[in-house]
Amino acid sequence: MVWGPVKDQITISHGPVGCGQYSWWARRNYYNGQTGINTFGTMHVTTDFQEKDIVYGGDKGLDAAMRELKGLFPLANGIGVLSECPVGLIGDDIEAVSKQVEKDLEIPVVPVRCEGFRGVSQSLGHHIANDTIRDHILGKGGILEEETPYDVNLIGDYNIGGDGWSSRKILEEMGLRVITQWTGDASVNEMKIASRAKYNLIHCYRSMNYICRHMEEEYGVPWLEFNFFGPTKTYESIRKIAALFDDTIQANAEKVIEKYKPVMDAVIAEYKPKLEGKTVMLYVGGLRPRHTVGAYEDLGMEIIGTGYEFGHSDDYKRTYPVMPEGAVIMDDATSYELEEFTYRLRPDMIGAGIKEKYNYHKMGVPFRQMHSWDYSGPYHGFDGFAVFARDMDMTVNSPTWDLVRKKK
Amino acid sequence: MKILDHNELFQRPEYLEQFENKRQFEGMAPPEKVREISEWTKTEEYKELNFARKNIKINPVKACQPLGALLCSGGFQDTLPFVQGAQGCAAYFRSHLARHFKEPSVAVSSSMTEDAAVFGGMNNMLEGLENAYALYTPKMMAVFTTCMAEVIGDDLNAYIRSAKGKGTIPEDLPVPFAHTPSFVGSHITGYDNMMKGILSTVTQGKKGEPNGKLNIIPGFDTYTGNYRELKRLLDIMGVEHTTLGDISETYDSPTTGEYTIYPGGTPLADAADSVNGVGTIALQRFSTAKTMQFIKTEWVHKTETVTPIGIKNTDAFFEAVVKITGKPIPKDIEDERGRAVDVMVDSHPYVHGKRFAMTGDPDQLLGLISIIMELGGYPAHIVCTNGDKKFKAQAEELLSQSPFGAQGQIYTNKDLWHMRSLMFTEPVDMLIGNSYAKFLWRDVGTPLVRIGFPLFDRHHLHRVPIIGYQGAINIVTSIVNTVLDELDRETMHTASFDVIR
Ligand code: SF4
Ligand code: SF4
Repeated sequence: MVWGPVKDQITISHGPVGCGQYSWWARRNYYNGQTGINTFGTMHVTTDFQEKDIVYGGDKGLDAAMRELKGLFPLANGIGVLSECPVGLIGDDIEAVSKQVEKDLEIPVVPVRCEGFRGVSQSLGHHIANDTIRDHILGKGGILEEETPYDVNLIGDYNIGGDGWSSRKILEEMGLRVITQWTGDASVNEMKIASRAKYNLIHCYRSMNYICRHMEEEYGVPWLEFNFFGPTKTYESIRKIAALFDDTIQANAEKVIEKYKPVMDAVIAEYKPKLEGKTVMLYVGGLRPRHTVGAYEDLGMEIIGTGYEFGHSDDYKRTYPVMPEGAVIMDDATSYELEEFTYRLRPDMIGAGIKEKYNYHKMGVPFRQMHSWDYSGPYHGFDGFAVFARDMDMTVNSPTWDLVRKKK
Repeated sequence: MKILDHNELFQRPEYLEQFENKRQFEGMAPPEKVREISEWTKTEEYKELNFARKNIKINPVKACQPLGALLCSGGFQDTLPFVQGAQGCAAYFRSHLARHFKEPSVAVSSSMTEDAAVFGGMNNMLEGLENAYALYTPKMMAVFTTCMAEVIGDDLNAYIRSAKGKGTIPEDLPVPFAHTPSFVGSHITGYDNMMKGILSTVTQGKKGEPNGKLNIIPGFDTYTGNYRELKRLLDIMGVEHTTLGDISETYDSPTTGEYTIYPGGTPLADAADSVNGVGTIALQRFSTAKTMQFIKTEWVHKTETVTPIGIKNTDAFFEAVVKITGKPIPKDIEDERGRAVDVMVDSHPYVHGKRFAMTGDPDQLLGLISIIMELGGYPAHIVCTNGDKKFKAQAEELLSQSPFGAQGQIYTNKDLWHMRSLMFTEPVDMLIGNSYAKFLWRDVGTPLVRIGFPLFDRHHLHRVPIIGYQGAINIVTSIVNTVLDELDRETMHTASFDVIR
C-alpha cells in the first residue's frame, strides 16, 4: 500500500497470480505518466508461481524476471518485490536476489515481505514497507538542484482520486515548495530526496509515522500532522503549518484562507441545508475515521459511530477528543456487529468499504465507500471539499432509497 | 452549483502548471526519451523481445483457484464458504466478486497467521468452523484452501473429521472440501475442484429412484443473466431441471430493506437428488472437466458438454437436451432462433471482414470465436492466459472449420502485454475482453466490447445473458453498436452523416 503508488518503479507480485490480480487497478492512486513506458502504476506484474516454484524455490525465476523487465521497460527507475504468503513459507531469500539484481541493473530493488500471515493486520505491512524505504531508498542520492528554506514533503497522501494534488495546490499557494509527495504520484527520485526537506507534513499518520520518526532522528527533519478534510480543519492546518515558517508564509496563509473562504462558504450554503442534522457511521482504515469528522461537521452532519479496521491504541487516543459525546467507537468489528450497530443507531448514512457496501444497499441504508471515495474524489483540500459535499448530498438524499419497500 | 470532478478539475491550467512544476523533482526521463521508447514498444523488434520473456507475466487474464471455489460454493443454498488460509485472501476474493456483481459476497476465513505456519492450520480450522457455524448457522460449509494452507500441507479431510469427532460441528453437517492451490491452474480449476467436492459430498448414498430431471452445470459463469435465461429456456421446453451451483439469486438478489446472508442457491435436497437425474449437461468444458469425469463414472448417466454461445452452439445445446430428455424443441424456441438469425443477417454488413482480438477464459473464447465467424468477422489474436494444450487444439480445430478462421492465432499462457504487441504490429478493428482490457483500449485505441470477467467499469452487463439465441442477439447488438459508435466518432467532422443504418 505504501510502496505501490511510486509510479516509475515496477512492483512485482512475487508468488501465485491471485494477490496481484485482485489488487490490480483497484486502488485509485492517480499519477501522471505514460503507463507501460515511464510509469507502471496500473499494471499487474507477477512471477505467477507454479508448482515447481513451490518445490524448488522461486529465487532463480525472480532473478531472471527482473532482468527481463528491465529489458522491456528501460525507463523503470526501480523495482519493488512484494513477496506473497508462500514465498516466506518456502524459505526463499528474496533479499539476496534483490541485492544482486540491484547491483547489476543499477536501479534500486526493494524487497518487501508483505505476507499476510505475518501480522494481524495491514498495519504491520505499513511498518515493514516503511523500514524498506528507510533501508533502500531514503537519502541514497537523487537529484535536487537547490534547497530552499521552504522545502517540505507532503507525506501520507496516496492521491486517491487526486487528493494529493488538491492538497499540494494549497501548500504551493502558501509559498511552500513541495519537493516530494509520498507516495501518491511519487517517483523514485522523490523517495530519495525527502530527507533534504525542512519539514515533513503528514496527512495519514498511521501509515507513515514510522518513517517520519526516522527522518527526525536521522536527518533532523521535524514533522507535523495536518488535516485537509473540510474547510474548518483546513484553515486550522494552514495556520499551524504556516507557524513553522516566517512572516511571508504566514501572510500568504492568511491570503489563501481569504481567497478560498467565500468559495467554501458557498459550498456550505448550498449543501448544509440538505445535510444538517444527518447522522453518519464510519468504518474505515487508517486516518479517515478521525480525519473526516471535521468535514462532516462543516456540513452540519453528526458522527454517531466510528471505528478502525486496523487501529492502534494511539489512533484511539487521537480519536476520542474529536468525537462528539456519546458516539460509539468500534474496534475491528465483524460485519455482523456492524449491522447490529446500524439497526440500533439508525444512521442516515454509512461510510465503509467495498465488502460492506452492497450489504447496506440491500438494507436500503445510504452508503459511501470511504477508501476509494466510491470512484469519485478528490476529497482533500478546498477543491476536494466541494466534491465531498456534493457526494454526501447525493448519498443521503438520493430518491432511490425511497423506492425500497422496507418490511415494517 | 457546478462541481468540478477529477476528470475536469485536473485539466485546469493551475493543475497543469502544478504537474509541470513537479517534474523538476521527479527525476524521470525527458519527454523526447519517453516518446522514443513508446514508439519502440510498438515495433516488431519489441514484440520479439516481449514474446521471448519466460519468467514474468504482465497483465495476465486469470485469477487463483480459491476465487472459483468461492463462486461455486455461493451457488448452493444456505452454504457458507470457508477459506482455510490468511484473512487477506478471503478479503480479496470477496471484494473481487463484490466489484463485479455489485452485490455482497460472503466468506469466512480461518485467519491463519505465523503460528499456523509453524504448527499447521488445524487449530485455526477447528476454531473457525466452530465460530462460523455458531454465528452464521449454515446448512453446509464449503471449505477450500489458499496457497498458504497448501504450502504447509493442511489435510482438510482429516481436520474436518476431527472437528466432527470432537463435536465442534454437527456430525451430519455436510462439509465438502477442495484443495485449491493457487500455484496450479486458475479460478476455473478451483471451480471444478469445489464443484466435484460438493457434488460428491451431497450425493453420497443418495442413489435411488430416477427423478427424470436434467442437471445443468454452468461452470465458472459470472453472468447472472445466463442462469435466468437457461431456466427460461428449459421451462419453455417443459424440461424439469436442476442447476447445480445456481448463483443467480446469490449474486443478484432484490433490495428489500433487509440483508440476508444466504439469498439463494441450489436447494441442498435438489443437489443431493441430482445423482438420480436423467443426465447432466455442462455448459463449459475447462471449468468442469474433473466434475464431469466424476459424474460419468460415479453417477452413470448421460453427460454432454456444450457452451451455448452463438447460433450453432445453441443448436448443439438443444440437440443435447433433446438427446437426454427426449423432449421436442417447441415452436417458441424455433422462433427465437429465427429472430436471432434475423439479427445476424441485419447486422452483418458492419461486422463482415472486421478483425477481432479477444481474451478471456477458454470456454467463453470458444463461444466467441464461433459467433464472430458466424457473423463473417475474423478472429485474429486470441489470448488465453489460462488455456492449456487441449484448449489450443480445440480452438484451432474450430478455426479450421470456417474460412473466417484463417487469420486466427491462439496464444495460451500469454498475457495482455503480449496482446499489446500483437495489436500494435498487426492491428485489429475490435477488441473483446474484460474490464482490464481497457488499458489496451487506452493504449492502442481499438474499441472494446466488454464480455467476460471481471466487468468492473460498466454497470449491469452481467445481468444481460450471452447464452442461447437471446444471448446471441445481445452479443451482436453490443458489437454492432460499438462499431457504429466508433464510426460516428470518427466521422463527426466529415461528410458521412448517416442516420439510417
Ligand atoms: S495468497 Fe494465494 S490464495 Fe491468497 S490471494 Fe494470493 S494467490 Fe490467491
Ligand atoms: S498478504 Fe498474503 S494475501 Fe495479502 S497480498 Fe500479501 S501474500 Fe497476498
